[in-house]
Amino acid sequence: MLKFENVYKRYTETGDVLKNVSFHLRQGEIAFLTGHSGAGKSTVLKLIALMERATRGDIVLDGQKLSAIKERHVPYIRRKMGFIYQDYKLLPDRTVFDNVALPLVIAGYGHQEVSRRVRAALDKVGLLSKEKKFPLALSGGEQQRVGIARAVVNKPPMIIADEPTGNLDPELSAEIMALFEQFQKVGVTILIASHDISLIQKMNHRVLRLDHGQLVAS
Amino acid sequence: MKQIDKYPHKPKPIKPDMQQNTKAGGGFTDHLKAYRDQHAQSLFSSLGRLFSTPFTSTMTIGVLALAIALASGFYLVVINLQQLTTGLEASNQISLFLRDEISEAHANKYADNIRKNPNVRNVKVITKKQAMAEFKGFSGFGDAIDVLEKNPLPIVIEVLPKDSLVGKGALTKLFEDFKKSTEVDFAQMDMAWVERLQSIVSTARLGALLLAVLLGLAVFFIAGNTIRLEIHNRRQEIIIAKLVGATNSFIQRPFLYTGFWIGFLSGVSAWFIVTFIMLILRQSVENLSGLYAGAFHFLFFSYGETVILLAISSTLAVFGSWLVLYIQVKQLRPE
Repeated sequence: MLKFENVYKRYTETGDVLKNVSFHLRQGEIAFLTGHSGAGKSTVLKLIALMERATRGDIVLDGQKLSAIKERHVPYIRRKMGFIYQDYKLLPDRTVFDNVALPLVIAGYGHQEVSRRVRAALDKVGLLSKEKKFPLALSGGEQQRVGIARAVVNKPPMIIADEPTGNLDPELSAEIMALFEQFQKVGVTILIASHDISLIQKMNHRVLRLDHGQLVAS
Repeated sequence: MKQIDKYPHKPKPIKPDMQQNTKAGGGFTDHLKAYRDQHAQSLFSSLGRLFSTPFTSTMTIGVLALAIALASGFYLVVINLQQLTTGLEASNQISLFLRDEISEAHANKYADNIRKNPNVRNVKVITKKQAMAEFKGFSGFGDAIDVLEKNPLPIVIEVLPKDSLVGKGALTKLFEDFKKSTEVDFAQMDMAWVERLQSIVSTARLGALLLAVLLGLAVFFIAGNTIRLEIHNRRQEIIIAKLVGATNSFIQRPFLYTGFWIGFLSGVSAWFIVTFIMLILRQSVENLSGLYAGAFHFLFFSYGETVILLAISSTLAVFGSWLVLYIQVKQLRPE
Protein backbone atom coordinates (compact mmCIF):
# COMPACT_ATOMS: atom_id res chain seq x y z
CA MET A 1 0.00 0.00 0.00
CA LEU A 2 2.74 2.42 1.03
CA LYS A 3 6.36 1.88 0.19
CA PHE A 4 9.40 4.06 0.99
CA GLU A 5 12.47 3.11 -1.01
CA ASN A 6 15.76 4.71 0.06
CA VAL A 7 14.11 8.04 0.66
CA TYR A 8 16.22 11.08 1.44
CA LYS A 9 14.97 14.53 2.29
CA ARG A 10 17.38 17.43 2.47
CA TYR A 11 16.62 21.01 3.42
CA THR A 12 19.14 23.65 2.51
CA GLU A 13 19.04 25.09 6.05
CA THR A 14 19.13 21.93 8.15
CA GLY A 15 20.71 19.32 5.90
CA ASP A 16 19.45 15.74 5.68
CA VAL A 17 16.27 15.28 7.68
CA LEU A 18 15.63 11.79 6.33
CA LYS A 19 18.44 9.46 5.39
CA ASN A 20 17.88 6.33 3.39
CA VAL A 21 14.46 5.52 4.82
CA SER A 22 12.85 2.34 3.49
CA PHE A 23 9.76 0.51 4.70
CA HIS A 24 6.70 -1.16 3.31
CA LEU A 25 3.21 -0.99 4.78
CA ARG A 26 0.89 -3.68 3.49
CA GLN A 27 -2.79 -3.18 3.02
CA GLY A 28 -4.70 -3.49 6.27
CA GLU A 29 -1.63 -2.93 8.41
CA ILE A 30 -1.37 -0.54 11.36
CA ALA A 31 2.02 0.97 12.09
CA PHE A 32 3.24 3.55 14.57
CA LEU A 33 5.83 6.02 13.45
CA THR A 34 7.82 7.16 16.42
CA GLY A 35 11.02 8.88 17.43
CA HIS A 36 12.23 11.90 19.36
CA SER A 37 11.14 15.34 18.19
CA GLY A 38 13.08 16.35 15.14
CA ALA A 39 13.72 12.75 14.18
CA GLY A 40 11.82 13.25 10.94
CA LYS A 41 8.32 11.95 11.79
CA SER A 42 6.50 14.93 10.41
CA THR A 43 8.73 15.00 7.35
CA VAL A 44 7.67 11.45 6.53
CA LEU A 45 4.03 12.48 6.83
CA LYS A 46 4.59 15.58 4.70
CA LEU A 47 6.18 13.47 1.98
CA ILE A 48 3.20 11.10 1.97
CA ALA A 49 0.75 14.01 1.86
CA LEU A 50 2.76 15.56 -0.99
CA MET A 51 3.31 18.73 0.98
CA GLU A 52 6.99 18.14 0.35
CA ARG A 53 8.85 16.13 -2.27
CA ALA A 54 11.62 13.66 -1.51
CA THR A 55 15.12 14.74 -2.50
CA ARG A 56 16.01 11.19 -3.50
CA GLY A 57 14.35 7.80 -3.50
CA ASP A 58 10.84 6.66 -4.30
CA ILE A 59 7.60 6.74 -2.40
CA VAL A 60 4.94 4.49 -3.85
CA LEU A 61 1.36 4.88 -2.70
CA ASP A 62 -1.19 2.39 -3.94
CA GLY A 63 1.00 1.56 -6.92
CA GLN A 64 1.69 5.19 -7.86
CA LYS A 65 5.11 6.78 -7.64
CA LEU A 66 4.60 10.07 -5.82
CA SER A 67 7.62 11.66 -7.46
CA ALA A 68 5.87 11.34 -10.81
CA ILE A 69 2.72 13.14 -9.64
CA LYS A 70 2.30 16.55 -11.21
CA GLU A 71 1.36 19.44 -8.97
CA ARG A 72 -2.14 19.70 -10.39
CA HIS A 73 -2.82 16.02 -9.69
CA VAL A 74 -1.79 16.28 -6.06
CA PRO A 75 -5.38 16.90 -4.84
CA TYR A 76 -6.51 13.61 -6.38
CA ILE A 77 -3.75 11.71 -4.60
CA ARG A 78 -4.68 13.33 -1.30
CA ARG A 79 -8.22 12.03 -1.72
CA LYS A 80 -6.83 8.50 -1.37
CA MET A 81 -5.75 9.32 2.16
CA GLY A 82 -7.59 10.38 5.27
CA PHE A 83 -5.56 12.73 7.44
CA ILE A 84 -6.02 13.11 11.17
CA TYR A 85 -4.26 15.85 13.11
CA GLN A 86 -3.35 16.54 16.67
CA ASP A 87 -5.14 19.90 16.50
CA TYR A 88 -8.09 18.36 14.58
CA LYS A 89 -8.04 21.09 11.89
CA LEU A 90 -11.80 21.53 11.85
CA LEU A 91 -13.54 24.58 10.44
CA PRO A 92 -14.94 26.42 13.46
CA ASP A 93 -17.66 28.22 11.50
CA ARG A 94 -19.13 25.06 9.97
CA THR A 95 -21.29 22.47 11.65
CA VAL A 96 -20.02 18.99 12.41
CA PHE A 97 -22.00 17.74 9.43
CA ASP A 98 -20.45 20.28 7.05
CA ASN A 99 -16.96 19.57 8.34
CA VAL A 100 -17.33 15.87 7.70
CA ALA A 101 -18.98 16.52 4.33
CA LEU A 102 -16.07 18.63 3.03
CA PRO A 103 -14.07 15.82 1.34
CA LEU A 104 -17.24 14.55 -0.36
CA VAL A 105 -18.28 17.98 -1.58
CA ILE A 106 -14.76 18.48 -2.93
CA ALA A 107 -14.87 15.13 -4.71
CA GLY A 108 -18.16 16.19 -6.30
CA TYR A 109 -20.66 13.87 -4.68
CA GLY A 110 -24.35 14.63 -5.06
CA HIS A 111 -26.37 15.98 -2.19
CA GLN A 112 -28.06 12.70 -1.21
CA GLU A 113 -24.89 10.67 -1.37
CA VAL A 114 -23.15 13.27 0.81
CA SER A 115 -25.87 13.10 3.48
CA ARG A 116 -25.89 9.33 3.48
CA ARG A 117 -22.14 8.97 3.80
CA VAL A 118 -21.69 11.74 6.34
CA ARG A 119 -24.35 10.19 8.58
CA ALA A 120 -22.71 6.77 8.22
CA ALA A 121 -19.33 8.20 9.19
CA LEU A 122 -20.75 10.15 12.13
CA ASP A 123 -22.63 7.07 13.25
CA LYS A 124 -19.39 5.16 13.12
CA VAL A 125 -17.64 7.56 15.50
CA GLY A 126 -20.77 7.90 17.66
CA LEU A 127 -21.52 11.55 16.94
CA LEU A 128 -24.66 11.30 14.85
CA SER A 129 -26.65 13.27 17.43
CA LYS A 130 -24.19 16.19 17.24
CA GLU A 131 -24.22 16.77 13.49
CA LYS A 132 -25.75 20.25 13.85
CA LYS A 133 -23.31 21.39 16.53
CA PHE A 134 -20.25 23.51 15.89
CA PRO A 135 -16.82 22.03 16.65
CA LEU A 136 -16.05 24.42 19.50
CA ALA A 137 -19.16 23.24 21.33
CA LEU A 138 -17.66 19.75 21.51
CA SER A 139 -15.08 18.24 23.85
CA GLY A 140 -11.56 17.48 22.62
CA GLY A 141 -12.28 13.80 22.23
CA GLU A 142 -15.43 14.54 20.28
CA GLN A 143 -13.62 17.00 18.03
CA GLN A 144 -11.01 14.36 17.29
CA ARG A 145 -13.78 11.93 16.38
CA VAL A 146 -15.21 14.52 13.99
CA GLY A 147 -11.72 14.69 12.48
CA ILE A 148 -11.70 10.92 12.15
CA ALA A 149 -15.15 10.89 10.56
CA ARG A 150 -13.92 13.43 8.04
CA ALA A 151 -10.87 11.29 7.32
CA VAL A 152 -12.88 8.13 6.64
CA VAL A 153 -15.99 9.59 5.00
CA ASN A 154 -14.47 9.27 1.54
CA LYS A 155 -13.54 5.63 2.31
CA PRO A 156 -9.83 6.09 1.68
CA PRO A 157 -7.62 3.00 1.56
CA MET A 158 -5.09 4.73 3.82
CA ILE A 159 -5.30 6.80 7.00
CA ILE A 160 -2.45 8.99 8.18
CA ALA A 161 -2.67 10.27 11.73
CA ASP A 162 -0.30 12.84 13.19
CA GLU A 163 -0.24 12.60 17.00
CA PRO A 164 -3.98 11.87 17.03
CA THR A 165 -4.05 11.41 20.78
CA GLY A 166 -1.62 14.18 21.64
CA ASN A 167 -4.29 16.33 23.27
CA LEU A 168 -6.36 13.54 24.77
CA ASP A 169 -6.28 11.72 28.10
CA PRO A 170 -5.42 7.97 28.12
CA GLU A 171 -9.03 6.86 28.26
CA LEU A 172 -10.02 8.90 25.19
CA SER A 173 -6.83 7.84 23.44
CA ALA A 174 -7.74 4.20 23.90
CA GLU A 175 -11.14 4.94 22.47
CA ILE A 176 -9.60 6.55 19.36
CA MET A 177 -7.21 3.63 18.95
CA ALA A 178 -10.11 1.20 19.18
CA LEU A 179 -11.70 3.07 16.30
CA PHE A 180 -8.52 2.71 14.25
CA GLU A 181 -8.49 -1.01 14.87
CA GLN A 182 -12.04 -1.23 13.59
CA PHE A 183 -10.98 0.45 10.37
CA GLN A 184 -8.01 -1.88 10.11
CA LYS A 185 -10.34 -4.87 10.25
CA VAL A 186 -12.02 -3.79 7.03
CA GLY A 187 -8.72 -3.38 5.22
CA VAL A 188 -7.68 0.23 5.79
CA THR A 189 -3.95 0.83 6.10
CA ILE A 190 -3.10 3.11 8.99
CA LEU A 191 0.07 5.02 9.84
CA ILE A 192 0.10 6.78 13.19
CA ALA A 193 2.85 9.21 14.14
CA SER A 194 3.10 9.29 17.91
CA HIS A 195 5.58 9.59 20.73
CA ASP A 196 3.15 8.22 23.29
CA ILE A 197 5.33 5.24 24.24
CA SER A 198 2.92 3.71 26.75
CA LEU A 199 0.11 3.74 24.22
CA ILE A 200 2.31 2.23 21.54
CA GLN A 201 3.44 -0.55 23.86
CA LYS A 202 -0.11 -1.32 24.89
CA MET A 203 -1.29 -1.61 21.30
CA ASN A 204 1.15 -4.21 20.09
CA HIS A 205 1.41 -3.11 16.47
CA ARG A 206 4.30 -2.60 14.14
CA VAL A 207 6.58 0.29 15.13
CA LEU A 208 8.74 2.34 12.78
CA ARG A 209 11.29 4.22 14.88
CA LEU A 210 13.20 7.13 13.46
CA ASP A 211 16.43 8.44 14.97
CA HIS A 212 18.07 11.50 13.47
CA GLY A 213 16.45 10.81 10.14
CA GLN A 214 17.31 7.15 9.97
CA LEU A 215 14.94 4.26 10.46
CA VAL A 216 16.32 2.27 13.38
CA ALA A 217 13.49 -0.19 13.86
CA SER A 218 10.71 -1.42 11.64
CA MET B 1 -17.15 7.81 29.47
CA LYS B 2 -18.78 7.86 26.10
CA GLN B 3 -18.23 4.32 25.04
CA ILE B 4 -18.65 3.99 21.34
CA ASP B 5 -19.80 0.41 21.63
CA LYS B 6 -22.72 1.40 23.84
CA TYR B 7 -24.74 2.75 20.92
CA PRO B 8 -28.15 1.13 20.48
CA HIS B 9 -27.25 -0.23 17.08
CA LYS B 10 -23.97 -1.28 15.64
CA PRO B 11 -23.03 0.93 12.73
CA LYS B 12 -22.00 -0.78 9.56
CA PRO B 13 -18.24 -0.76 9.04
CA ILE B 14 -16.92 1.77 6.57
CA LYS B 15 -15.08 -0.30 4.02
CA PRO B 16 -12.34 1.35 2.06
CA ASP B 17 -13.08 2.00 -1.55
CA MET B 18 -10.00 0.46 -3.07
CA GLN B 19 -10.60 0.98 -6.76
CA GLN B 20 -11.16 4.63 -7.01
CA ASN B 21 -12.04 7.27 -4.53
CA THR B 22 -10.42 10.27 -6.04
CA LYS B 23 -13.60 11.19 -7.82
CA ALA B 24 -17.20 10.66 -6.86
CA GLY B 25 -19.05 7.74 -8.36
CA GLY B 26 -22.27 8.04 -10.32
CA GLY B 27 -23.02 8.80 -13.94
CA PHE B 28 -22.27 11.86 -16.00
CA THR B 29 -25.55 13.57 -15.09
CA ASP B 30 -24.86 13.00 -11.39
CA HIS B 31 -21.51 14.76 -11.79
CA LEU B 32 -23.14 17.55 -13.71
CA LYS B 33 -25.80 17.96 -11.04
CA ALA B 34 -23.23 17.96 -8.26
CA TYR B 35 -21.17 20.51 -10.21
CA ARG B 36 -24.20 22.74 -10.73
CA ASP B 37 -25.10 22.43 -7.05
CA GLN B 38 -21.58 23.44 -6.09
CA HIS B 39 -21.79 26.54 -8.26
CA ALA B 40 -25.22 27.48 -6.95
CA GLN B 41 -23.98 26.92 -3.42
CA SER B 42 -20.91 29.12 -4.02
CA LEU B 43 -23.03 31.81 -5.66
CA PHE B 44 -25.39 32.17 -2.72
CA SER B 45 -22.99 31.46 0.10
CA SER B 46 -20.62 34.14 -1.17
CA LEU B 47 -23.50 36.61 -1.23
CA GLY B 48 -24.43 35.52 2.28
CA ARG B 49 -20.84 36.06 3.36
CA LEU B 50 -20.93 39.64 2.04
CA PHE B 51 -24.12 40.32 3.99
CA SER B 52 -22.69 38.75 7.13
CA THR B 53 -20.03 41.50 7.24
CA PRO B 54 -22.19 44.48 6.25
CA PHE B 55 -19.73 47.17 7.35
CA THR B 56 -16.73 45.87 5.41
CA SER B 57 -18.86 45.02 2.39
CA THR B 58 -20.47 48.46 2.34
CA MET B 59 -17.07 50.16 2.51
CA THR B 60 -15.67 48.13 -0.37
CA ILE B 61 -18.74 48.39 -2.54
CA GLY B 62 -19.01 52.11 -1.74
CA VAL B 63 -15.48 52.81 -2.99
CA LEU B 64 -16.01 50.73 -6.12
CA ALA B 65 -19.43 52.28 -6.75
CA LEU B 66 -17.95 55.79 -6.60
CA ALA B 67 -15.21 54.88 -9.07
CA ILE B 68 -17.70 53.30 -11.45
CA ALA B 69 -20.13 56.21 -10.97
CA LEU B 70 -17.40 58.72 -11.87
CA ALA B 71 -16.50 56.88 -15.03
CA SER B 72 -20.05 56.20 -16.17
CA GLY B 73 -21.19 59.69 -15.12
CA PHE B 74 -18.60 61.29 -17.38
CA TYR B 75 -19.71 59.00 -20.13
CA LEU B 76 -23.29 60.23 -19.75
CA VAL B 77 -22.15 63.88 -19.76
CA VAL B 78 -20.25 63.30 -22.99
CA ILE B 79 -23.23 61.50 -24.54
CA ASN B 80 -25.40 64.47 -23.68
CA LEU B 81 -22.89 66.97 -25.09
CA GLN B 82 -22.60 64.94 -28.24
CA GLN B 83 -26.32 65.18 -28.66
CA LEU B 84 -25.95 68.98 -28.69
CA THR B 85 -23.60 68.90 -31.64
CA THR B 86 -25.27 66.26 -33.78
CA GLY B 87 -28.27 68.54 -34.46
CA LEU B 88 -25.93 71.24 -35.77
CA GLU B 89 -23.90 69.12 -38.05
CA ALA B 90 -25.75 69.87 -41.30
CA SER B 91 -25.52 73.64 -41.00
CA ASN B 92 -22.88 75.42 -43.08
CA GLN B 93 -24.63 78.74 -42.84
CA ILE B 94 -22.62 81.97 -42.97
CA SER B 95 -23.75 84.95 -40.92
CA LEU B 96 -22.71 88.41 -42.10
CA PHE B 97 -22.99 91.11 -39.45
CA LEU B 98 -23.19 94.42 -41.34
CA ARG B 99 -21.56 97.62 -40.20
CA ASP B 100 -23.75 99.79 -38.01
CA GLU B 101 -24.03 102.72 -40.45
CA ILE B 102 -25.41 100.54 -43.26
CA SER B 103 -29.08 101.30 -43.82
CA GLU B 104 -31.79 98.72 -44.33
CA ALA B 105 -32.15 99.67 -48.00
CA HIS B 106 -28.43 99.31 -48.53
CA ALA B 107 -28.53 95.96 -46.81
CA ASN B 108 -31.32 94.72 -49.06
CA LYS B 109 -29.40 95.82 -52.14
CA TYR B 110 -26.32 94.02 -50.88
CA ALA B 111 -28.41 90.91 -50.21
CA ASP B 112 -29.76 91.00 -53.75
CA ASN B 113 -26.19 91.13 -54.97
CA ILE B 114 -25.30 88.06 -53.00
CA ARG B 115 -28.35 86.24 -54.40
CA LYS B 116 -26.81 86.54 -57.83
CA ASN B 117 -23.79 84.50 -56.69
CA PRO B 118 -24.23 81.02 -58.25
CA ASN B 119 -22.78 79.38 -55.16
CA VAL B 120 -25.51 80.70 -52.89
CA ARG B 121 -28.75 78.88 -52.33
CA ASN B 122 -30.60 81.23 -50.04
CA VAL B 123 -30.15 84.65 -48.50
CA LYS B 124 -32.16 86.05 -45.63
CA VAL B 125 -31.97 89.56 -44.21
CA ILE B 126 -32.63 90.00 -40.53
CA THR B 127 -33.33 93.63 -39.78
CA LYS B 128 -32.37 95.32 -36.52
CA LYS B 129 -35.98 95.12 -35.36
CA GLN B 130 -36.35 91.48 -36.20
CA ALA B 131 -33.09 90.67 -34.53
CA MET B 132 -34.19 92.52 -31.42
CA ALA B 133 -37.51 90.71 -31.30
CA GLU B 134 -35.81 87.36 -31.71
CA PHE B 135 -33.20 88.14 -29.10
CA LYS B 136 -35.83 89.31 -26.62
CA GLY B 137 -37.82 86.14 -27.08
CA PHE B 138 -35.00 83.65 -26.69
CA SER B 139 -32.33 85.20 -24.57
CA GLY B 140 -34.36 85.83 -21.47
CA PHE B 141 -32.96 89.34 -21.23
CA GLY B 142 -36.25 90.90 -22.46
CA ASP B 143 -36.73 93.40 -19.65
CA ALA B 144 -33.11 94.44 -19.59
CA ILE B 145 -33.13 95.18 -23.29
CA ASP B 146 -36.15 97.44 -22.94
CA VAL B 147 -34.00 99.76 -20.87
CA LEU B 148 -31.58 100.34 -23.78
CA GLU B 149 -32.15 103.60 -25.66
CA LYS B 150 -30.68 102.46 -28.93
CA ASN B 151 -30.92 99.06 -30.62
CA PRO B 152 -27.33 97.76 -30.42
CA LEU B 153 -27.92 94.85 -32.79
CA PRO B 154 -26.57 94.98 -36.33
CA ILE B 155 -28.39 93.97 -39.48
CA VAL B 156 -27.54 90.35 -40.22
CA ILE B 157 -27.58 88.63 -43.57
CA GLU B 158 -27.79 84.87 -43.33
CA VAL B 159 -26.27 83.22 -46.36
CA LEU B 160 -26.88 79.55 -47.01
CA PRO B 161 -24.35 78.27 -49.56
CA LYS B 162 -25.29 75.54 -52.00
CA ASP B 163 -24.82 72.01 -50.68
CA SER B 164 -22.51 71.26 -53.59
CA LEU B 165 -20.12 73.68 -51.92
CA VAL B 166 -19.61 71.56 -48.86
CA GLY B 167 -16.11 70.82 -50.03
CA LYS B 168 -14.01 72.84 -47.65
CA GLY B 169 -11.94 75.00 -49.99
CA ALA B 170 -14.86 76.51 -51.93
CA LEU B 171 -16.78 77.29 -48.77
CA THR B 172 -13.80 79.00 -47.20
CA LYS B 173 -13.23 81.04 -50.38
CA LEU B 174 -16.84 82.23 -50.36
CA PHE B 175 -16.47 83.11 -46.70
CA GLU B 176 -13.25 85.04 -47.30
CA ASP B 177 -14.93 86.99 -50.15
CA PHE B 178 -17.76 88.06 -47.86
CA LYS B 179 -15.28 89.08 -45.22
CA LYS B 180 -13.62 91.48 -47.66
CA SER B 181 -16.77 93.36 -48.69
CA THR B 182 -17.04 96.86 -47.26
CA GLU B 183 -20.57 96.34 -45.91
CA VAL B 184 -19.52 93.50 -43.67
CA ASP B 185 -18.26 94.24 -40.21
CA PHE B 186 -17.89 90.68 -39.07
CA ALA B 187 -18.52 87.38 -40.83
CA GLN B 188 -19.00 84.15 -39.10
CA MET B 189 -19.21 80.67 -40.45
CA ASP B 190 -21.49 78.57 -38.23
CA MET B 191 -19.56 75.54 -39.40
CA ALA B 192 -16.52 76.79 -37.55
CA TRP B 193 -18.45 76.91 -34.35
CA VAL B 194 -19.85 73.49 -34.92
CA GLU B 195 -16.39 72.19 -35.60
CA ARG B 196 -15.01 73.82 -32.52
CA LEU B 197 -17.82 72.40 -30.40
CA GLN B 198 -17.34 69.02 -31.96
CA SER B 199 -13.66 69.05 -31.22
CA ILE B 200 -14.36 70.08 -27.64
CA VAL B 201 -16.79 67.19 -27.34
CA SER B 202 -14.37 64.73 -28.88
CA THR B 203 -11.66 65.91 -26.49
CA ALA B 204 -14.09 65.41 -23.64
CA ARG B 205 -14.91 61.99 -24.98
CA LEU B 206 -11.26 61.01 -25.06
CA GLY B 207 -10.84 62.38 -21.55
CA ALA B 208 -13.83 60.39 -20.37
CA LEU B 209 -12.44 57.27 -21.99
CA LEU B 210 -9.04 57.68 -20.34
CA LEU B 211 -10.69 58.37 -17.03
CA ALA B 212 -12.84 55.26 -17.47
CA VAL B 213 -9.75 53.17 -18.13
CA LEU B 214 -8.05 54.50 -14.99
CA LEU B 215 -11.12 54.00 -12.85
CA GLY B 216 -11.62 50.56 -14.38
CA LEU B 217 -8.09 49.69 -13.27
CA ALA B 218 -8.98 50.99 -9.83
CA VAL B 219 -11.97 48.63 -9.74
CA PHE B 220 -9.69 45.81 -10.85
CA PHE B 221 -7.16 46.46 -8.11
CA ILE B 222 -9.62 47.23 -5.33
CA ALA B 223 -11.56 44.04 -6.04
CA GLY B 224 -8.29 42.09 -6.15
CA ASN B 225 -7.18 43.56 -2.87
CA THR B 226 -10.51 42.79 -1.23
CA ILE B 227 -10.17 39.18 -2.30
CA ARG B 228 -6.59 39.15 -1.05
CA LEU B 229 -7.83 40.15 2.41
CA GLU B 230 -10.58 37.57 2.18
CA ILE B 231 -8.02 34.88 1.33
CA HIS B 232 -5.95 36.03 4.30
CA ASN B 233 -8.98 35.79 6.61
CA ARG B 234 -9.90 32.34 5.37
CA ARG B 235 -6.38 31.00 5.19
CA GLN B 236 -7.03 28.15 7.59
CA GLU B 237 -10.10 27.08 5.65
CA ILE B 238 -8.18 27.04 2.38
CA ILE B 239 -5.38 24.97 3.89
CA ILE B 240 -7.82 22.44 5.34
CA ALA B 241 -9.63 22.19 2.01
CA LYS B 242 -6.28 21.57 0.29
CA LEU B 243 -5.43 18.87 2.83
CA VAL B 244 -8.60 16.96 2.09
CA GLY B 245 -7.93 17.06 -1.62
CA ALA B 246 -9.49 20.27 -2.93
CA THR B 247 -8.23 21.41 -6.31
CA ASN B 248 -7.22 25.05 -6.73
CA SER B 249 -10.26 25.73 -8.87
CA PHE B 250 -12.55 24.36 -6.16
CA ILE B 251 -10.92 26.68 -3.64
CA GLN B 252 -11.06 29.67 -5.99
CA ARG B 253 -14.71 29.28 -6.91
CA PRO B 254 -16.41 30.90 -3.89
CA PHE B 255 -13.90 33.77 -4.00
CA LEU B 256 -14.60 34.38 -7.66
CA TYR B 257 -18.27 34.56 -6.87
CA THR B 258 -17.48 37.03 -4.10
CA GLY B 259 -15.61 39.10 -6.69
CA PHE B 260 -18.58 38.88 -9.01
CA TRP B 261 -21.00 40.07 -6.34
CA ILE B 262 -18.74 42.93 -5.33
CA GLY B 263 -18.51 44.09 -8.95
CA PHE B 264 -22.17 43.57 -9.69
CA LEU B 265 -23.43 45.30 -6.55
CA SER B 266 -21.00 48.17 -7.13
CA GLY B 267 -22.33 48.52 -10.67
CA VAL B 268 -25.90 48.61 -9.41
CA SER B 269 -24.97 51.19 -6.77
CA ALA B 270 -23.12 53.27 -9.36
CA TRP B 271 -26.18 53.21 -11.60
CA PHE B 272 -28.30 54.59 -8.78
CA ILE B 273 -25.71 57.22 -7.88
CA VAL B 274 -25.43 58.49 -11.47
CA THR B 275 -29.17 58.39 -12.08
CA PHE B 276 -29.78 60.27 -8.85
CA ILE B 277 -27.27 62.98 -9.78
CA MET B 278 -28.71 63.22 -13.29
CA LEU B 279 -32.21 63.65 -11.88
CA ILE B 280 -30.95 66.56 -9.79
CA LEU B 281 -29.20 68.09 -12.81
CA ARG B 282 -32.03 67.53 -15.25
CA GLN B 283 -34.29 70.29 -14.00
CA SER B 284 -31.67 73.01 -14.20
CA VAL B 285 -30.23 71.79 -17.50
CA GLU B 286 -33.66 71.74 -19.06
CA ASN B 287 -34.38 75.22 -17.75
CA LEU B 288 -31.16 76.41 -19.32
CA SER B 289 -31.91 74.67 -22.58
CA GLY B 290 -35.41 76.18 -22.57
CA LEU B 291 -33.85 79.63 -22.45
CA TYR B 292 -31.91 78.89 -25.62
CA ALA B 293 -34.98 77.46 -27.33
CA GLY B 294 -33.18 74.17 -27.49
CA ALA B 295 -35.05 70.93 -27.67
CA PHE B 296 -32.57 69.23 -25.41
CA HIS B 297 -33.64 65.84 -24.12
CA PHE B 298 -31.67 64.76 -21.18
CA LEU B 299 -30.25 61.28 -21.75
CA PHE B 300 -30.08 58.65 -19.00
CA PHE B 301 -28.64 55.15 -19.20
CA SER B 302 -30.48 53.05 -21.75
CA TYR B 303 -31.26 49.39 -21.04
CA GLY B 304 -28.33 48.34 -23.18
CA GLU B 305 -25.96 50.72 -21.45
CA THR B 306 -27.15 49.53 -18.05
CA VAL B 307 -26.44 45.93 -19.00
CA ILE B 308 -22.99 46.92 -20.31
CA LEU B 309 -22.27 48.91 -17.15
CA LEU B 310 -23.10 45.91 -14.95
CA ALA B 311 -21.24 43.51 -17.21
CA ILE B 312 -18.08 45.63 -17.23
CA SER B 313 -18.06 46.22 -13.48
CA SER B 314 -18.68 42.53 -12.71
CA THR B 315 -16.09 41.36 -15.23
CA LEU B 316 -13.43 43.74 -13.95
CA ALA B 317 -13.99 42.65 -10.36
CA VAL B 318 -13.99 38.95 -11.28
CA PHE B 319 -10.82 39.42 -13.28
CA GLY B 320 -9.09 41.29 -10.45
CA SER B 321 -10.12 38.55 -8.04
CA TRP B 322 -9.00 35.83 -10.40
CA LEU B 323 -5.52 37.28 -10.78
CA VAL B 324 -5.02 37.47 -7.02
CA LEU B 325 -6.47 33.98 -6.52
CA TYR B 326 -4.34 32.49 -9.25
CA ILE B 327 -1.19 33.73 -7.57
CA GLN B 328 -2.13 33.36 -3.91
CA VAL B 329 -4.02 30.07 -3.78
CA LYS B 330 -1.11 28.38 -5.51
CA GLN B 331 1.27 29.78 -2.93
CA LEU B 332 -0.81 28.78 0.07
CA ARG B 333 0.60 25.45 1.15
CA PRO B 334 -0.43 23.37 4.08
CA GLU B 335 2.21 22.88 6.74
